[in-house]
Amino acid sequence: MIEVSNLHFSYDSKEVLHNIDLKISDGEFVAIMGENGAGKTTLVKHFNGLLKPTKGEVVVDGVSTRDSSVARLSRNVGLVFQNPDHQLFSETVSQEVAFSMRNFGYPEETIRKRVNFILETLDLSSYTESSPFMLSGGERKRVALASILVSDPKHVILDEPTIGQDYQQKDKLRNFIVQMNSQGRTVVIVTHDVEFIVECRPRIILLSKGSIIADDSYDRILSDSELIERASLTTPQIGKLMWSLRDLNFDPKVLDIYRAKAILEEMMGKVVPQDL
Amino acid sequence: MSLRIFEGFRFTYRTTPIHRMDPRPKFLIALTIFTLSLIFMNIMILLLLLIGQLPLVYISKSVRRWLNSVKGGAALAALIFIMNFLTGSTLVFSLTMTLRFLVLVSAFSLFFMTTSPDDLGLVLEKAKLPYELSFTFTTAVRLVPTMALEAQTIIDAQRSRGLELDRGNLLVRVKKYIPILIPLIVSAIRRSMELAEALESRAFGAVKSRESLVILKMKPSDYAISLIAVAILIAGVYVQLSIPIPSLDTGIRMPTLWSL
Repeated sequence: MIEVSNLHFSYDSKEVLHNIDLKISDGEFVAIMGENGAGKTTLVKHFNGLLKPTKGEVVVDGVSTRDSSVARLSRNVGLVFQNPDHQLFSETVSQEVAFSMRNFGYPEETIRKRVNFILETLDLSSYTESSPFMLSGGERKRVALASILVSDPKHVILDEPTIGQDYQQKDKLRNFIVQMNSQGRTVVIVTHDVEFIVECRPRIILLSKGSIIADDSYDRILSDSELIERASLTTPQIGKLMWSLRDLNFDPKVLDIYRAKAILEEMMGKVVPQDL
Repeated sequence: MSLRIFEGFRFTYRTTPIHRMDPRPKFLIALTIFTLSLIFMNIMILLLLLIGQLPLVYISKSVRRWLNSVKGGAALAALIFIMNFLTGSTLVFSLTMTLRFLVLVSAFSLFFMTTSPDDLGLVLEKAKLPYELSFTFTTAVRLVPTMALEAQTIIDAQRSRGLELDRGNLLVRVKKYIPILIPLIVSAIRRSMELAEALESRAFGAVKSRESLVILKMKPSDYAISLIAVAILIAGVYVQLSIPIPSLDTGIRMPTLWSL
């Protein structure tokens, strides 16, 4: 469990996080959203101890981040950074992915097995001996993801995972994240991508100017126009459609494509084709 | 590990007399401090050179950032002291070398904090340096804090993968910087190529004779400050060459293996 209580964080006497209180239970799926500069990345950097609170406390699985090193916390909290180019350095993709496991002191045989498994899972097995610098942006992003997931952390934090991914890769990423979560891992995503979030259906923690302004289910938050405006987000496409049809008695709070389809079927009195 | 030292080398616009000053007298002040700190080996004079900068730092309203750069340099200063003292230098000599480093960090931090890279470019152009070269220099100055921030992000990313920079012997620690340096170099090369493309697509270098929108003009106060800086420099050189300064070195040193 990740518990944040009364967290304040200042950088150069400017307060970037203000009185943050939250709990993320084991196996939960949470999205942290908010405008640029809201403090999303700063908040998640507290989860593996990269940043220590100016005031308050962050406790991960019963251990205060003040009392533990980043290396120790990183065994349980995997943080995937936004820009993969900030971490790639090895000659081959497999060496890059194995880096964290070597740092954690796993035996070579376990490393080999885990690396092969994760490269296969993330569609990277054909690049095992390729240089990570020769891959496309989306592929580099998946290598960065693989290099964190390889050590099987209990909590996975993904900072803007959909940036630079095409639609097919986004779909694969979503399936993978949902699968990881269903296997019991805590997943925390930092993102602006509302369409991606609607498909993942997580709990949303909404930040604005360093404070939590809402903490609720995805459908309640993303259908609240005032919150969306405050956090510089946008309503998902289905929500916009339902809002524009509200005079015809469509529910503007519907964001899910399957619920929208059911409503349309009911209104039109016929079945809409399955491949909608 | 923090790279906040580079914060103290980043220009931030403020309306203070130091910021408004022409860059040339400011450079002369930095050059005077630089030269005096190199020619004098007296701890009191170096202390005076450091303390003498404090009013300028205060007037430029940059105390916090100046402190950051001095604090950032403290680790390296400590290393200079330890290396000197452990290798048989006297306590006072080791302190003097440490102080000299801090004086230099402070002087150039003050210069870069209060001088815009654009003004620096204008000075270089006035000195008849080709525009391509002055542009390269000012871009490099401008990118130092950006690269420092990037280096900090890379360090964070690698620490999140279990890299512990502060463990192991010296050789192991040096090797641990490979995962930091490679992404930093690759990113710098990538950035420079993107910058070159962006510049070319905006017709950089298409016109041989350039006209500047802003023209640097020295005010009487700038001339006065330049004169004072040059006078202090000449006086310093004269004192060093002709007046014997008593040494404060008491000869205290750490016993080394080869002296036992």
